[in-house]
Amino acid sequence: MQKTVRRKRRSGIWPYLLLAPAMIIMLSVVVVPIINAVGMSFQNYNLVKPNKMGWIGLGNYQKLLTNDPQFWKSLWRTVVWVFFGVGGQFLFGFMLALLLNKEFKGRGVIRAVSLIPWVTPGVLIALMWSWMFDGNYGVINDILLKLGIISDKIAFLAKKDSAMPSVIITIIWQGIPFFALMILAGLQGIPADLYEAAAIDGATGWQKLYYVTIPSLRNTIFVTTMLRVIWVANSVDVIFNMTGGGPAYATQTLSVYVYNKASALDMGYASAMALMLMLVLLLVAIPYLRANFRDQEG
Amino acid sequence: MNEKKPLSRILLLWVPLVLFLIFLLFPFYWTLVTSLKTDAELHSLTVRYWPTQPTLQAYEHLFGSYNFLHPMKNSLIVAAITTVVSLTVSTLAAYAFSRFRFAGRKPLMLLFLTNNMFPTVLLLIPLFTIMRQIKLLYTPWALVLSYTTFTIPFSVWLLNGYLNDLPISMEEAAMIDGADRATAFVKIVLPVLLPCLLATGVYIFMQSWNEYTFAVLFTNEANRTIPVSLKMLVGQLGVQWDLITAGGIITVIPVCIMFFFAQKRLVAGLTAGAVKG
Repeated sequence: MQKTVRRKRRSGIWPYLLLAPAMIIMLSVVVVPIINAVGMSFQNYNLVKPNKMGWIGLGNYQKLLTNDPQFWKSLWRTVVWVFFGVGGQFLFGFMLALLLNKEFKGRGVIRAVSLIPWVTPGVLIALMWSWMFDGNYGVINDILLKLGIISDKIAFLAKKDSAMPSVIITIIWQGIPFFALMILAGLQGIPADLYEAAAIDGATGWQKLYYVTIPSLRNTIFVTTMLRVIWVANSVDVIFNMTGGGPAYATQTLSVYVYNKASALDMGYASAMALMLMLVLLLVAIPYLRANFRDQEG
Repeated sequence: MNEKKPLSRILLLWVPLVLFLIFLLFPFYWTLVTSLKTDAELHSLTVRYWPTQPTLQAYEHLFGSYNFLHPMKNSLIVAAITTVVSLTVSTLAAYAFSRFRFAGRKPLMLLFLTNNMFPTVLLLIPLFTIMRQIKLLYTPWALVLSYTTFTIPFSVWLLNGYLNDLPISMEEAAMIDGADRATAFVKIVLPVLLPCLLATGVYIFMQSWNEYTFAVLFTNEANRTIPVSLKMLVGQLGVQWDLITAGGIITVIPVCIMFFFAQKRLVAGLTAGAVKG
């Protein structure tokens, strides 16, 4: 699995010294805060109501599981957001990668340029697309009207039915380059003789895609999808800056819900929800973690 | 093979490719066009695809009364410190992972690998209260420390990959010649690793330059970074789209320039982990 052959050596104290700075920082900015968050999740910890702070045991968890319909609705919206968001990124990213894998003039430049959405700040993405989706002056309305697809302007982000699809289109746009990049690298690693063998057997283009390309890319697709699922499920900035979770909670995913609660300084309840979100992601990512663990043994 | 069928090449390659590029790049074009429009044209119901009287008013306004240089300076400080800190500690850690076999190596590596599982919002809450308690809230350090939660694990992972591709025999030769490990690292490994360090640094810089979720809660007026300032232009009295788009163009340009120089090596490093195995 590992390409480089490494030799065992007596290591002594050196590796621990080298790791110390990184470990100390990670301990204080990740491990301690998470323990802290677990502690807060068992408390009434609302910075706006300091006189009511105190331990309430499982109170926050009880409330969110049994007494907060928005928690379950937000969790479901997270599923929709991730499924269509990552699904769209994968589909279009795959298509773009297949195109960029062909030989043509200016490929390097086009490949670099098509990555720009990926390096654009989330806030700016949210604001740019809000402006394009605008109900009065938005360019998307203008294009759709000119093409005759719609007959009246739509306030995309202000309507309950269109808000979620609009933010999903935005996150798809943001994530296509990353998928394309990873899959393109995978494509370039497929040995050419596999395709030659398939051609000798008389395979058509689609058959080559189905029997050679996709199986060879299994690992790449798996890892990339997993990374994106976690990333998209956790992302706050795009939705928060386009709709704030509205209208009428229509785009409030779980992470946006937590963020709104945290912004309102209700830290105890927000921590409990954030921990639930982590638990859900952990369950989803178990196969990925297993694969990684196997890799590290090599 | 394809040269013989120019029509199918146009249909199967260029048409979809151009459609993709339009989809991916149009928002930037639109941002640029919006930033060059006059206020009247911006709020006219006929949408124009090129401004009738292009003007740089929005940019003047942005740097004049809105003082955009201030958030730019704040972002630069935060991003630069984050880059230096993360790169230094990550290089050392990655070197340990790549070159030594020691007790606890596997679980520690896994810890770094799984770090991106933790929701930002989960870390955000306790970090906010901790920063408040130790009086770092509303200083650049609050952001630097928060950003290391994702930049360090990522850089360790990336640099570990780069280091694994460097033959260990280079250092061994130097060490046989009498150099100690530290000298071998500085004189032999670092120079070869330099381009990879730059690529990793560019990535860390971009991440910190672009970050919003932590920044909006951990800064106040004095040390607000660019993403927060952009959002601030969505005001109570309506949205100043000309200023937002002008600010957006200004924000993206430095990142794009850095990215173009670093992209080849960065992409190679990023994809290596997912492709192998």
